[in-house]
Amino acid sequence: MTGLFSEVFLSALLFGAVTAAIPLLLAGLGEQMSEKAGVLNIGIEGMMLAGAYLGFVGAFYSGSLWLGFLTGAGGGIAVALVMALLCVRIGLNQIVIGIALTLGLEGLTALLHHFQFSRSYPRLPAVDVTVIPLLSAIPVIGPALFRQHLIVYLAVALVFAMGYIYRRTQLGLNLQAAGDKPAALDVAGIDVVRTRTIAVLTTGALAGLGGAFLANVGAGLFIPFITNGAGFLGIVLAMLARGRPVWVLFGALLFGVCLSLTTAMQVAGINIPTDVIQMLPFLAVMVMLVLFGRRASLPAALGIPYERGAR
Amino acid sequence: MSIDIAPATSATALDATAAMATRRDIQHRLLMTLGPILAALIIAGCILLAVGVDPLAYYGFVLKRGLLSPLGIQQTLTRMAPLLFLAAGLIVAFRAGMWNLGGDGQFLLGAVTAAASAPVLVEVMPAWLALICSFVIAMVVAMIWSLVPALLRAYQGVNEIITTLMMTFLGTSLANVLVKLMFRDPGTTVPQTRTLPVEDRLPRLFDTTITSGLLLGLVAIITVHLVMTRTAFGLKLRIVGANPRAAIHAGLGVPKLTIAVFAISAGLAGLAGAVDILGVQGNVRADWNPAYGLAVIPVVFLARMNGFAAIGFVFLLSVLSIGGESAARRLGVPNHFTLVLVSIVLIVLALAEYIDHRYNQSRKA
Repeated sequence: MTGLFSEVFLSALLFGAVTAAIPLLLAGLGEQMSEKAGVLNIGIEGMMLAGAYLGFVGAFYSGSLWLGFLTGAGGGIAVALVMALLCVRIGLNQIVIGIALTLGLEGLTALLHHFQFSRSYPRLPAVDVTVIPLLSAIPVIGPALFRQHLIVYLAVALVFAMGYIYRRTQLGLNLQAAGDKPAALDVAGIDVVRTRTIAVLTTGALAGLGGAFLANVGAGLFIPFITNGAGFLGIVLAMLARGRPVWVLFGALLFGVCLSLTTAMQVAGINIPTDVIQMLPFLAVMVMLVLFGRRASLPAALGIPYERGAR
Repeated sequence: MSIDIAPATSATALDATAAMATRRDIQHRLLMTLGPILAALIIAGCILLAVGVDPLAYYGFVLKRGLLSPLGIQQTLTRMAPLLFLAAGLIVAFRAGMWNLGGDGQFLLGAVTAAASAPVLVEVMPAWLALICSFVIAMVVAMIWSLVPALLRAYQGVNEIITTLMMTFLGTSLANVLVKLMFRDPGTTVPQTRTLPVEDRLPRLFDTTITSGLLLGLVAIITVHLVMTRTAFGLKLRIVGANPRAAIHAGLGVPKLTIAVFAISAGLAGLAGAVDILGVQGNVRADWNPAYGLAVIPVVFLARMNGFAAIGFVFLLSVLSIGGESAARRLGVPNHFTLVLVSIVLIVLALAEYIDHRYNQSRKA
């Protein structure tokens, strides 16, 4: 057992946990903004897939990882634009459109992959990491946490930026009001549809970025259904976090550790079905809910389209 | 839902004009369903053209293999059985205002327990009794599985979207663990449960390959529809769905009703799993997850939680998926295109309903 808990192993485990957590973090932060503004964004899985596919295509053909992240975010925004148009502007049912978008993007990205890459399965080269001096010299956690790609640090910084936006800015207040009492926001002279559209498009950008990270940094290639429920995990994280970005970070890390443990167990050749380990984070959260389950503090107008003057 | 059908047109009219209005209403509804589907087919056809496949040939296969050929229509009707059970379960939950998004987990656990129990039970009792017992076991297991979200929602107010979504992830993994560790067939190398012999499965209808599960599914969804619209119990559930606070003031036992809704909804999802296994598949392979639940949710919404409309939409979904599968094999388009097609149909149908609604409003104004 000493081999299993060696410094190198633990460090690799932690590194994998961070890599697995970042897409969940981005999806969770995005979903959180939508939900704050009153839009239950079930299409986030589709947005992540669009981001993963376009992010991979962008990075593969341009050779630049950053351009890949940009196209990935663009892909997420494109899907979010459809969502914003149908669910925010004309008020169609968010669950119908969300699930339809997820199904459609699952199919579309798999289809495009089939015609483009299914013969060659091209891979991207390993990513460059940004080494933070001094901190990266700490044993175990140093190589895991401080030798990551620059975007990992940016994603973590985003958590605090989001916290600042929600607590200290006009936009944060507007978002909150759009989710809790849209009519009041309207009376205050601020366009509810516009506020919610901003939220949904931001969600798309973050989800697309998360998908691009998953394909380009996490896997190095695109395969159909690569997100494998990460978007739905993002929804769970956003709801558990009760509007606090920091809790999304903690939740994402918890799920990240378990996902990383799954891979590590396989590598170590331990004979437990990976499904058992995949159940761990959900079991942990369910136990927490059973023990401390309190009333959910979801926005009052979540899932209800806003129609001006309707009663 | 009777409230939905032409409340305005028949309000003041005499019998004769009312009959005409209903006919026009039916025509209108047909047009509002077939028109969007045609539009969706054209949009999806453009995607096919873009990837270099002849859309007419593709749709020809879909129609022929999903609807017109004897074998195809039988497969389509067989596919409907589990979907109808799932839709019935969702109708109960959604009408009572509970977002049971955990259908896939409940479905898989029902499927695995039915697959595990049926081959054992047929050895000790007559086949018909074994089937009934397996159905009951699947239903009860799925009901128990839904107890945690139900109790959390009923007594702690924990949002059921989170809990059911998490329970569906858990259930999918648990189903795999059960197949791999507990109910694994020792006689095969691939991890799967023991196979139920074909002669012990649900009987087929007449001389066809259609499973009698179709009839069970139809009975289930029509019963659910009638219970929800015609009985006191259904009315109670609808009040809970429309306004839970008013329901408390009306003296309804909301927590108990909540638990009942989850139990019925999950039980029907478990039966959906059982009907697919005992009628069609015969066993559960590890990592098998058809994810029917995800596709049925928007279908139930589009049907406005009306059982009869849901039957129609489920039929459409089955035609598209069975026809799409075989068209994919013939033309070298991956099966994933079916997902794109279903998605476009859903979006255009939702859009058409909105346009229709706006048109009616502006005409009234």
